[in-house]
Amino acid sequence: MSEASPPALEARALTRELPGPVPVTLVRGIDLTIAPGEFVAITGPSGSGKSSLLYLLGLLDRPTAGTVLLSGEDTIGSSPDRLADLRLARIGFVFQFHFLLPEFSCLANVEIPIRKLGRLGGTAARRRASDLLEQLELGEHRQKLPEQLSGGQRQRVAIARALANDPPLILADEPTGNLDSRTAALVFDIFRDLAHTQGRSVVVVTHDAALARTADRRIHLVDGRIEG
Amino acid sequence: MALPLALDIALRHLLHRRRQTLVSLLGVTLGVAFFIAISAMLQGFQRDFISRIIDIQPHIIVMDEVREPPRQPVERAFPDAAILLHGLKPREETRGLRGARNMLATLEEASGLHVAPALSGNVLIHFGGKDISVNITGITPDQERKVTHIEKDLLSGTLDALYTTSNAIILGEGVAKKAGIRKDDLITVVSPAGVMMKMKVVALFSSGITVLDNFDTYVLLKKAQVLQNRPNVINRLKIRLDDVEQAAPLAARIERQFGYRAEPWQEQSRNVLGIYVIQNAIMYPTVSAILIVACFGIFNVISTVVFEKTRDIGIMKSMGFRDSDVRLVFVMEGLIVGIVGTLIGWLIGWLLIEFMASLKFEMEGFVKAQGFVLYRTPRHYLISGGMAVLSATLAAWLPARRASRLNPVDIVRGAG
Repeated sequence: MSEASPPALEARALTRELPGPVPVTLVRGIDLTIAPGEFVAITGPSGSGKSSLLYLLGLLDRPTAGTVLLSGEDTIGSSPDRLADLRLARIGFVFQFHFLLPEFSCLANVEIPIRKLGRLGGTAARRRASDLLEQLELGEHRQKLPEQLSGGQRQRVAIARALANDPPLILADEPTGNLDSRTAALVFDIFRDLAHTQGRSVVVVTHDAALARTADRRIHLVDGRIEG
Repeated sequence: MALPLALDIALRHLLHRRRQTLVSLLGVTLGVAFFIAISAMLQGFQRDFISRIIDIQPHIIVMDEVREPPRQPVERAFPDAAILLHGLKPREETRGLRGARNMLATLEEASGLHVAPALSGNVLIHFGGKDISVNITGITPDQERKVTHIEKDLLSGTLDALYTTSNAIILGEGVAKKAGIRKDDLITVVSPAGVMMKMKVVALFSSGITVLDNFDTYVLLKKAQVLQNRPNVINRLKIRLDDVEQAAPLAARIERQFGYRAEPWQEQSRNVLGIYVIQNAIMYPTVSAILIVACFGIFNVISTVVFEKTRDIGIMKSMGFRDSDVRLVFVMEGLIVGIVGTLIGWLIGWLLIEFMASLKFEMEGFVKAQGFVLYRTPRHYLISGGMAVLSATLAAWLPARRASRLNPVDIVRGAG
């Protein structure tokens, strides 16, 4: 990492409160820096604010206070459209549920973000999606519908889709929550590989302490604060 | 070539819910098809009636009546005073247009119009033990053929037979049918003035307008004057214009100039034209209601799709779809249903019109026709298509807006 290059992701005094008669603070005053190529696991008990922090880092949610910098770009004043554009080009999301569009084949699902971004033409987009599925050992399933795949295969398709626009940042929210331990380990291997071999920053929220230990760094949240 | 992404997603959503999509399509299709077919039928009859009126009747009739009774001398002298008059008796005046020959000469000098004098009144026709009350009009054939198309409507005989045959009369087809009269029959005509005359039927006419065919008869002007015992009297001036649109303003001018009531063709047929206005006012909202009901169907389908696709909307937004992109997908679904429904509706509407055109039957209402009179115009297709696409898009807009406002965080939190 060059000294001059900004962190892949930076959170400054990040706070998220839910308004209401009794306001609830999901995340409070979090400072966090993720370097390019770093594989970070966020752990903590249920309700500790892990997913809320991830949604803030992924620009899906807006903080009540503080800010998120994506490759040095402050997103605090960005319009919803600009945030959508940043998510499309620079962030790949993987969720506990695969969220594949059921009417589209695996290949078409992976193609969607590429088509949306529009940097690649039709044939190149198809080749890119196909290559990603090949890399994740799903080449033979590319024309199948999501319902024709196993849970692990669907989650790998979701990872391929998250990688479709070659984003420098991958955010995963309990990606192994619905998978058996062998498949979960395989998915974590993929994330580690994405960070260490391809130089992407990967942030994974997980309950699984054993898997979290395989990450470069572990951030433990309790009551919306980083512990330790 | 790959479809644009929003269109691709919209199409797949619709194809995934085939049955509901088909029901919505059917609604739009039927709305468009019936709009086209019913509009063609109603406007066909209306336009046919109006064109027949314009073709058959004079465009303006100057009558021996005044629109408002003349004011009393005392009222003219004290226009602002409150006046109460008792014991007024109307003056017995000889009916007819005073100075009709001068009026005729003045009007004949104007360009773009033809004038013919006439004396119109009621008589009783007696034939074969039957008495029929009819309207008899005394005409001069040479001038009459320039102001009406009576000559074109003759089923048998000629207009000039009024000149060449002594005591000749031309009857409407309906009059002849009622009394069983045929051409060359001798009939008895009795006027309210008590004059009785044996007349020979020299021709029959059929204008296609029932009320005219059932009540109108024609004789020479001179004969009519004898029958009515009103020598040299003319009580109608019939005017035909080169430009039919000038009828109303010219009638108003004539009325101002000569003081007599001058009715343009619109006023002569205002009862029927008024019925058409009511007919249109009922028909168009009724047919539009079909489209509106269809739009409820579209609203329902797209609302259901939005509900079902909440997870997909969440992931699309997390992937980087803007609110407007999500909205576009669902608006496009309405647009697709509207456009496809319109295209099929156009085809079915066209087939319906052709089917109606192929039906042959005798019909007698305001007008006589052998089957439906249909008016084919691209305007009906454009109006129905425009209404369908617009309303389908509006029906999709509300659920689309709701979809675009969904918070992806709420969706991904709730899923799993």
